[in-house]
Amino acid sequence: MKTVRIDAKGMHYTPLNQKIRAAVADGAEEIILDNILGQRFIGDGLRGNVRITINGVPGGDLGMFMSGPTCIVNGNAEHAPGNTMDSGMLVIHGSAGDAVAHGMRGGKVFIKNNIGYRGGIHMKQYEVEARPILVVGGTAHSFLGEYMAGGLVLVLGIGKEKAMTDRGIGSGIHGGEIIIRGDVDDYLLGVGAKKFEFTESDLERISPVIKSFCEHFDLDPAEFLDTNYTRIGPASSRPFASKYVWE
Amino acid sequence: MTLGSVPPKFKVTIDRDECMDCGRCIENCSYGVYRREGDRILIESRKCTACLRCVSMCPRDAITLTEKPVDYRSHPLWTREAREDIINQARSGKIILSGMGNARDLPVIYDRLLLDACQVTNPSIDPLREPMELRTYIGKKPSKLKFRKTESGDVELDTKLAPNLKLDTPIMIGHMSFGAISLNSQLSMAKAVAETGTFMGTGEGGLHKELYPYQDHMIVQVASGRFGVNIDYLERGAAIEIKIGQGAKPGIGGHLPGEKVNEEVSKTRMIPLGSDAISPAPHHDIYSIEDLVQLIRSLKEATEWKKPVFVKIAAVHNVAPIAAGIARSSADAVVIDGFRGGTGAAPKVFRDHVGIPIEAAIASVDQKLRDQGVRNEISIIASGGIRSSADLAKSIALGADAVYVGTAALVALGCRVCGNCYRNLCPWGIATQRPDLVSRLDPEAGAAQVSNLIHGWTLELSELMGAAGINSIESLRGNRDRLRGYMLDEGMLKILDVLPAGA
Ligand code: SF4
Ligand code: SF4
Repeated sequence: MKTVRIDAKGMHYTPLNQKIRAAVADGAEEIILDNILGQRFIGDGLRGNVRITINGVPGGDLGMFMSGPTCIVNGNAEHAPGNTMDSGMLVIHGSAGDAVAHGMRGGKVFIKNNIGYRGGIHMKQYEVEARPILVVGGTAHSFLGEYMAGGLVLVLGIGKEKAMTDRGIGSGIHGGEIIIRGDVDDYLLGVGAKKFEFTESDLERISPVIKSFCEHFDLDPAEFLDTNYTRIGPASSRPFASKYVWE
Repeated sequence: MTLGSVPPKFKVTIDRDECMDCGRCIENCSYGVYRREGDRILIESRKCTACLRCVSMCPRDAITLTEKPVDYRSHPLWTREAREDIINQARSGKIILSGMGNARDLPVIYDRLLLDACQVTNPSIDPLREPMELRTYIGKKPSKLKFRKTESGDVELDTKLAPNLKLDTPIMIGHMSFGAISLNSQLSMAKAVAETGTFMGTGEGGLHKELYPYQDHMIVQVASGRFGVNIDYLERGAAIEIKIGQGAKPGIGGHLPGEKVNEEVSKTRMIPLGSDAISPAPHHDIYSIEDLVQLIRSLKEATEWKKPVFVKIAAVHNVAPIAAGIARSSADAVVIDGFRGGTGAAPKVFRDHVGIPIEAAIASVDQKLRDQGVRNEISIIASGGIRSSADLAKSIALGADAVYVGTAALVALGCRVCGNCYRNLCPWGIATQRPDLVSRLDPEAGAAQVSNLIHGWTLELSELMGAAGINSIESLRGNRDRLRGYMLDEGMLKILDVLPAGA
């Protein structure tokens, strides 16, 4: 496997991304970035199957528009990792800021700990070919999965008494599903979101996701393979239709 | 239904002496106004939207359409519209949605601005004989140029120039998405801009693969819904436009009614079939001007700094300082969309009451950027209700680099501004996804009509410039001395920085 190591100490994001692109063009299969400290846009618009290990804390919009690569972050991530991401994977061994997986179109974002506000907002989907997945090990702040049009958001609430305690879950959701470990209080749901029973067949559907998440973070999946979840989806596919009348 | 019905908006009649009973009106009307019963064509006027398809297709000119056939008691305050809106809301308790641009009878500033021409003291220029320079570059310009001497003694440019769009005429077609309008309309306009050396916007419905051959003339849009946005889309566009706001509905997001979300639209937008495509009001990754800079840079970084990035805002009260903020971000052009801008669907109260006229917005943005010494570094694109080459010339004289037209291009395709775009029934094959209706619009013929319009305006613009003794669009840009205000108040003249007629 061809590995390239880049020391990003004090480096601006543009030359850093140029180096990453050059390495990918040169056939690198693995890139290790050391001393990352706040550089934004790592992997922005990047294509290919490369695996990028990020040692440090990347800045905002990690993996934005990314199409294919895998980024493993050994640290926390800033604002909006996975923003409008197309395919590929982000694995973050820590927490991340607001708008994680914003408008995501495909691929996976796994966050070991917590995320900020507006996680998974406006995620989309086209059938099964492009179905984005966001998994949060800890908890998320308000407006999780707001305006969702597709995809899956899964919150495991590891180490928390309740997986979700912030409001506005799934406001305006018109596609996709938000699955949360344990019970979710009704008042936490946003307008247009509805709770559904989490069945054995749902578990069967999401267990590969749970297993894959656990594998990345060295967790025992057995702990999570039951039906103790709440599934939240759209109350209707046209949540706004009742708000408007034509001239 | 205690409220009863409101009077029909239109009355359709057929002159039975002229009618040859060909049935074209029945075939052409997608709203179902006409039907045959026995040997007679029956008319249901209440269904009419005045799209004028039947009138245009009737071989005998036998159809007459009258607006407002039934009068209310006249009242200056309680207009028909005011009364009917109340009746509608008393029935429904909902927000009223409407199509096309602002429909209120407010004074049009363009109509109160007059252009200049030369007489005696300096000669006018004949564009037939003299070259007229209409070429316009949209994008960042360096504040100064640095040169370097090579060893051989030549002089070379040292400054790195930012990518610009090269327009042969300062008329572009604004963003109307696939979904809101049909693929055949987009194709017609794409062929037309490629032929006339200019550009069009994709809107936020992605770039259909049939448009790939014209991608060098397409500006791809990134709006709050992020529909259709991926790296391939960004790389295909000649430029990228971030849509923050739209003149028809400042401050709120987009709304594509589920009726128009068919298989193909659902695929490009990645939303469920038949569900409303909602773009949220803000971009949820932009909550501040710093975040806007971040989005601009993320787009540039993704496309390796090869594409100009525009930012489109609605013309609102503080448009000038907002544009100044955008000028200081990494944006290459600011697009200002005035309150008369069109739309497929907008809450009526927004369409008719929010935002300011584009004329005032151009003038104040241009002035603010000049005051701050950055006007030369960023381009201004104006849009929202530009109907003719005169509006175009006035926009440039007020300070715009180029304009976007939307409704005007649709009218060139057949649109009669009936305002029913949201119903997916557009009989002209424009604002619809219904295959039988879409096929009425032939992209070849449509392209010819739109490029004719662009040609016509371009010729008129050259003539207007020539008459004013100006042979380069740069000398018209921001040249407010070539405008005079007529029946405009002092405050407005001051904002426009234009003298009154006679001064
Ligand atoms: S299109 Fe004109 S001539 Fe033909 S049936 Fe209708 S009204 Fe008569
Ligand atoms: S596009 Fe069609 S529906 Fe919309 S205003 Fe024009 S003619 Fe009417």
